[in-house]
Amino acid sequence: MGKVIVVTSGKGGVGKTTSTAALGAALAQNGERVVVVDFDVGLRNLDLVMGAERRVVYDLVNVIQGEAKLTQALIRDKRLESLFLLPASQTRDKDNLTTEGVDRVITELKRVFDWVICDSPAGIERGATLAMRHADMAVVVTNPEVSSVRDSDRIIGLLDSKTLKAERGERMEKHLLLTRYDSVRAERGDMLKVDDVLEILSIPLIGIIPESSDVLRASNMGAPVTLADARCAPAMAYFEAARRLRGEQLPITIPGDKRGIFGKIFGRKAA
Amino acid sequence: MTKVLTDARSIRIKGRSFLALVLSPDLPLDDWLVRLDDLASRSAGFFLDRPVVLDVTDLAIDKVQLKDLFEQLAERNVRIMGIEGARPSMLVPGMPPAMKGGKPAADIEVKEREPVAAEAEGVLSEDADHAESQQIRPVTQSLVINEPVRSGQSVIFPEGDVTIVGSVASGAEVIAGGSIHVYGALRGRAMAGSIGNSASRIFCRKLEAELVAIDGIYKMIEDMSPALRGQPVQLWLDGDSIMAATII
Repeated sequence: MGKVIVVTSGKGGVGKTTSTAALGAALAQNGERVVVVDFDVGLRNLDLVMGAERRVVYDLVNVIQGEAKLTQALIRDKRLESLFLLPASQTRDKDNLTTEGVDRVITELKRVFDWVICDSPAGIERGATLAMRHADMAVVVTNPEVSSVRDSDRIIGLLDSKTLKAERGERMEKHLLLTRYDSVRAERGDMLKVDDVLEILSIPLIGIIPESSDVLRASNMGAPVTLADARCAPAMAYFEAARRLRGEQLPITIPGDKRGIFGKIFGRKAA
Repeated sequence: MTKVLTDARSIRIKGRSFLALVLSPDLPLDDWLVRLDDLASRSAGFFLDRPVVLDVTDLAIDKVQLKDLFEQLAERNVRIMGIEGARPSMLVPGMPPAMKGGKPAADIEVKEREPVAAEAEGVLSEDADHAESQQIRPVTQSLVINEPVRSGQSVIFPEGDVTIVGSVASGAEVIAGGSIHVYGALRGRAMAGSIGNSASRIFCRKLEAELVAIDGIYKMIEDMSPALRGQPVQLWLDGDSIMAATII
């Protein structure tokens, strides 16, 4: 049975979709079968970031309403053959997602894939709660600023109460992914520091993605950053985060810490 | 270091819970009203001088039908003080306010010989003295929470003390009948002594609270000494003033 991950944040624009695509591609590069599922019905974006917008025929809502089979809606990535996309519908809205329908789709996906990564819409309404409902673990995407941190805190509360795991009395595994981190601005006090965010949210850190134009460039090219340029700093941070998702224990490097970066590059080249 | 935070008398806002009778109509409403009349005829004055809440959760009626139901109830001298479970669109001006968060209490017994259909599901203690004696009973219970209280979450424990092993996030609230202990940062709201216990206190490892209250006396963080921010602090009530001091 595959693992279901929800990528969520509460606040919009913090990098959920970018992170879903990047982590999905990073996990799939080892040959593991990965599907990224867009739950943002009505405002779909994951297809763009994955570069599959022209190949969408059927979508999640079609499958849920029984208008298409799951195999018809799944889109195989052109670069990685073990990476798939289940797109959201752009013309419908989130009321079309039913609990039973989502149950069925996720159960089916879990049978076929090693990783099912659900890209949650922003907010705490139906779309977001359905995206997190079946998760085994959660990646909470947070920017180092107060409103994003508070929204993430709210989402963590929901992960502990509104998910199947919580209803069964189990604990949801939650990981913090700090994105758009700029060490210079954090040092100046314009941004929250890593320790401040960790102190407030008190969940384990899975990675720090540096603010970088590489991320935007990759998105505009229609490629997950881990596929577009595997050697750039954000891609490397996503690769490390993916390894931690698999359960590896790696020390976290704070981007911008010069020695850290050099050490990492050097370490990689030497290996 | 002890500091009086206010001299001016603040407005006291208190929470108090009352027992109300909850009526849950079912469809068709005409039949239900017949059964209600039946109940009323067997126990005269049953609804007289009693607060009644109308529970319309899962009841498939629209605005017009709800309004009609109100008129029907008014004809029977049933005065509705609140509506539970109604969609906001169903409520028109002039209707009683929406209520939520009700807690079930012991089922009501209708003083009458024959068994009665379960129209009145819930909640009114026939014995007022009994209810009062419960209120006066000293609070001795405690609630321990072993994880952080997240933004948007409320911990409400009128029965006694609340201890949180973790932080209380901005946008979270803790309401306790007794004292509140936070072994972490207090960033949200803390209201101690919510049922009128002026001896209760608030303790925290790091004071960054949005608002604190003891026995209905409120205080915002802006009104506090900046020297207390981020410090381990205890707060207590001296008359109508919230006092605060750092603790080591």
